[in-house]
Amino acid sequence: MIGFLARRLLELAGTLAVASFLVFGAVYLAPGRPETFLLGGRGASPQLLAAIRSQYHLDDPFLVQYGRWLGDVLTGRFGESVQYRSSVLGLVGSRLPTTVTLIGMSLVLVLVFGIALGWLGAVRGGAADSGVLVGTSLALGTPSFVAGVVMQSYLAIRLHWFPDQGSGTGFADLLYHLVLPSIALSLYWIGMLARVTRTAMLDVLGQEHVTVARGRGVPERQVLRRHVFRNALGPIVTTAGLIVTGLVISTVLVEAVFTLNGVGAFLEKSVTVKDFPVVQAVALLIVAVFVLVNLVVDLLYPFIDPRVALGAREGDA
Amino acid sequence: MRLYRTCLVFAGALVLIALAAPLLAPHDPNGVDLGAAVSGPSAVHPFGADGSGRDTLSRLLIGSRTALLGPIGVVVFSTVAGAAVGVAAGWRGGWLDTVLSRGSELLLAFPALLVAMLFVALYGPGLLTPVVALSLAYLPYVSRLARGLTVSEKRRPYLDSYRVQGFSGLAICVRHLVPNIAPTVLAQSTVNFGYALLDLAALSYLGLGLPPLTPDWGAMINDGQDAMMQGHFLPAVIPCVAIVLTVVAFNVVGGAWADRISRRAA
Amino acid sequence: MTVLSIEDLRLELPGASRPVLAGVDLEVRQGQTVALVGESGSGKSLTSRSVLRLLPPGARAGGAVRVAGEDVLAMPPARLRELRSRQVSMVFQDPRAAINPMLRVGAFLTESLRANLGESKAGARARAVEMLEAVGLTDRVLRQHPHQLSGGMLQRVMIAAALLAGPALLLADEPTTALDVSTQAEIVALLADLRERFGTGLLFVTHDLGLAAAIADHVYVMYAGRIVEHGTAETVFAAPRHPYTSALLEATPSLAQPDRRLHAIPGRPPDLRAELTGCAFAPRCTRATDECHTTVPVGQVACHHPGGTHA
Repeated sequence: MIGFLARRLLELAGTLAVASFLVFGAVYLAPGRPETFLLGGRGASPQLLAAIRSQYHLDDPFLVQYGRWLGDVLTGRFGESVQYRSSVLGLVGSRLPTTVTLIGMSLVLVLVFGIALGWLGAVRGGAADSGVLVGTSLALGTPSFVAGVVMQSYLAIRLHWFPDQGSGTGFADLLYHLVLPSIALSLYWIGMLARVTRTAMLDVLGQEHVTVARGRGVPERQVLRRHVFRNALGPIVTTAGLIVTGLVISTVLVEAVFTLNGVGAFLEKSVTVKDFPVVQAVALLIVAVFVLVNLVVDLLYPFIDPRVALGAREGDA
Repeated sequence: MRLYRTCLVFAGALVLIALAAPLLAPHDPNGVDLGAAVSGPSAVHPFGADGSGRDTLSRLLIGSRTALLGPIGVVVFSTVAGAAVGVAAGWRGGWLDTVLSRGSELLLAFPALLVAMLFVALYGPGLLTPVVALSLAYLPYVSRLARGLTVSEKRRPYLDSYRVQGFSGLAICVRHLVPNIAPTVLAQSTVNFGYALLDLAALSYLGLGLPPLTPDWGAMINDGQDAMMQGHFLPAVIPCVAIVLTVVAFNVVGGAWADRISRRAA
Repeated sequence: MTVLSIEDLRLELPGASRPVLAGVDLEVRQGQTVALVGESGSGKSLTSRSVLRLLPPGARAGGAVRVAGEDVLAMPPARLRELRSRQVSMVFQDPRAAINPMLRVGAFLTESLRANLGESKAGARARAVEMLEAVGLTDRVLRQHPHQLSGGMLQRVMIAAALLAGPALLLADEPTTALDVSTQAEIVALLADLRERFGTGLLFVTHDLGLAAAIADHVYVMYAGRIVEHGTAETVFAAPRHPYTSALLEATPSLAQPDRRLHAIPGRPPDLRAELTGCAFAPRCTRATDECHTTVPVGQVACHHPGGTHA
């Protein structure tokens, strides 16, 4: 267990290191000179350019620059935003609560409705199942920003049930402002999780041990919970892991639709104005979330399926 | 089955519409009719016009071309490159397999939209940049599948019989192995089409895709949001509907193909 | 006293042209061991499963399956669950498929007791330990998962689970087919021993005539959804009267006469898509006449031309 954890953490660090190298190297290799990026396209005198080159150590060899940057990142210094002239860490940190709340609310919606709908389709069959299949097909064709725009137009602008934009003031108001965004963000992933849950449960429902449990007089609700759903958890948890990453990146879109002041919208704006220190930091943050979520899923897996040894998740081939 | 046929017809019709779009569009998609700005449906503008007075129907029709072209590009690039990487890794094994597989795993840590945004930040918006970026992001999914298929195909005895007959590895690979794994890989690529359309529309909505004047569904939604704030929903909602229907149609068709192939293989 | 009485049981499945079970009659008395033998596809497993009303989806059943006088096919769901948890239980062919791989053996053993008999956790565990000892296992397996046990051990767990609530009738559907030969003998001996000890009626479904002869008091021979012959084990095996029973015996190797020639039965059992007129065995039968192809034979020996009389 400890050995496994140590190895996985080492791998995690390795992935992040290579990812950071890619992210840093990409900027270095980008067409055009770094100092013009840093100036955000504004013209500047040769003296200013030279000053910037020395301030950012742009004349050092690539690996030296990368090493310095990595050292800074490891000690929590992500540099300064070119656009705002202030610490990237502070800028991202102040936007984090909105985004984290949005993701949290959406994740709850996805888990509750995705599992419930998949369960319904698999267990009830017939018209309910057809309904779930059509509904999930539609959801899987609806990207978050489309769902957001449609809901914004009818529920917010026409009916005034919800605010159409902004994050409000105070936590309660934030939650109210995030109702539509979180629904828009979760719709697609609800469709995906419902599909996976439905297929996995149907798979288990066809297995002999379910018939045996029924034949032993185990109450149907307990058969579904302890035998069918319990055994279908593997694919559900794996998908849930993918969904967290999906939610994280999709905040870029939903925050744009509802003009929320979160990390996603910040990333988008920074991309538009080529504010590279911000883009690098947020990209690394997203990759870190992905790697961490994967680690959590791997750690959970042996508890879900006792036949699987730690670190040998199925479907990794 | 009825759903599959409906979707197949819809997808086919869409391709024809995209090809004939300039003939079908009633107006210049960028033509400005200020008198009709944010107007509802009329005889002249069946779907109304947007905030700048541009005909929604014409923009929708012309926009279908980039809506289909982009994802086709992504699917073609990612399939060709992904299959090459996967087959090479699975066929050669050893260090090449380790390097390529590790590389793919690393790429998987970057969500497709993030890769696309990084590329746009570096190389600027356009049609080609997002397509190349998404192809790169989708590559590991294709290569992982192709590698798995190659490894299991390599164990089958018929390949040995070719080797005994003196065929070179490359010849066996190209002539016998690739055709055998192609159906499964292509089915996965059809499913990727839907994902690519969604990701490209998202980029275009964010203004990180095509140049501003090009009519494109994602960008139309963004433009339409201004009219929406004034209570005119059509310019934003119509491209939304177009995206949903198109993706659903292609997903259903691709899913049905993938099912059919996996059932035949089973 | 009769624990199980199956009367004219008929079962129709969607997609089949004829009933899978076409009027099965069968009886098991208290403490008796009854073997139901036949080739695969004869309907013997479906017959035993219908005692617990474990029917395939879309199946339509007719006739009656009476357990202690009560018709299982007509029971309301709550009563059915009670029957399944207390009166009748079943040991299945492949224990690895029949036991949920994700649950610990202890949880599997006690779940029905706790859900239906309101047994406390400690009480259920104590009974489980007792029963595990009866089948030759220790309480160590309670904390283990199915994949940590051998097939034979798992089948013992299955048997312990089946006997835990003290049922009046135990159904065993090919309980040894999935096991290796030495384990088979152990499981059969265990079943016979436990039947004796707990006074349970046992319906033993098998395709293995030797096994049936070794364990059963009474034997039913099944072919294409009908019972073609039944009687005490000695009479049926010593002096078979139905040509199918004779043919089956001639196709079975015997330790007593190792030099005897084996005769395979020509042809194959009728397909479920084929409609049948007359005796289902007629196309494969050496004694068949025109009558056999047109009229369905009935009686204790369902044959128009039975062999020598039962003693």
